[in-house]
Amino acid sequence: MVEFALPKNSKITGGKTWPKPEGATETREFQIYRWNPDDGKNPSIDTYYVDTNDCGPMVLDGLIWIKNNIDPTLTFRRSCREGVCGSCAMNIDGQNTLACTQSMHDVAHGGAVKVNPLPHQPVVKDLVPDLTNFYAQYASIEPWLHTTTPAPQKEWRQSREDREKLDGLYECILCACCSTSCPSYWWNSDRYLGPAALLQANRWVTDSRDEATGERLDNVEDAFRLYRCHTIMNCTKACPKGLNPAKAIANLKLKLVERQV
Amino acid sequence: MSDKSSSKGILTPLKRVRGLGASGSSATADFWWQRVTAVGMLVLIVPVIVIVMMLLGRNQAGAGQILGTPIVALLMLLFVVASAFHMKIGMQVVIEDYVHDEKVKLVAILANNFFSIAVALAAIYAILKLSSGV
Repeated sequence: MVEFALPKNSKITGGKTWPKPEGATETREFQIYRWNPDDGKNPSIDTYYVDTNDCGPMVLDGLIWIKNNIDPTLTFRRSCREGVCGSCAMNIDGQNTLACTQSMHDVAHGGAVKVNPLPHQPVVKDLVPDLTNFYAQYASIEPWLHTTTPAPQKEWRQSREDREKLDGLYECILCACCSTSCPSYWWNSDRYLGPAALLQANRWVTDSRDEATGERLDNVEDAFRLYRCHTIMNCTKACPKGLNPAKAIANLKLKLVERQV
Repeated sequence: MSDKSSSKGILTPLKRVRGLGASGSSATADFWWQRVTAVGMLVLIVPVIVIVMMLLGRNQAGAGQILGTPIVALLMLLFVVASAFHMKIGMQVVIEDYVHDEKVKLVAILANNFFSIAVALAAIYAILKLSSGV
């Protein structure tokens, strides 16, 4: 059966409260999930206080401030700090989003900023999830142009209208906010591809230059791979790029019905 | 069924994800029929409620008289078939979502099929018996 409670070794125990920074006039409380694979202890929630006058406005700025000033062992991924790379996806105040584009002033009405790793993924350390399965699912939809016609001398041509059909699909940065917000993905991520991979599948099904539309549809035509989507729409709510994976999945279902009826 | 037998070995992530391949058009057929039966029931529910209210408080002979009208019997039969089919597909989706033990899942899916067919046949038999008056 689906497990509704955390396994014993994943239960969160009390954490450490770090002292407030000396001389800070304004602070913001951060409650951050900590887990170290090497110390054999259960995960805990540590409490930190960030000097908001010495720190940028985003949650990622707060995390970097903590790492630089309080606790260098705090572990998280980050790279571009402007919502392009998707590295710093995490669960902030109950919502999957990018720490770099989420202002700490917009969460929790000024209360503690609660930061957890992306839900329902194995944790590597602290806020770093293991996304191996997620990336393999992306690879399984073969995210590149498939053609049989010999490549033209110049580029594969595409009309302006056909190019516009890819808007809302090509912008995905594979941060995994959508897939890890989806209950269907939580229960069945071993077989359900999840909203991110399916949005990408739809991106190539929609591409006017791609000649493998039928094979691509065959590849997702499965009770689990595609049809575990029950239109819960958490994916669309979570997407920090404002995309609509639920609509992309609906389009795949539409195409599959279209070729059958 | 997923290929759980070999999942303990050393497999690449892609091998795990690809599993036994896509199950094919029956998945789309289930998706399609779930919607066909939903629309069907949406249309049938009003006449069915009217018929059931007409049947209320009547004895067997009275009920047989109402169900003896061909259009009434057909509406009831259509509703039973649509709802049983809808129930079967819907319950199967719930089982697949939440039951992860392959053996338990197999038994649950079998039970779901048997139950749906039994309920549908019992209702169909009852309607036919009453409407033909035997």
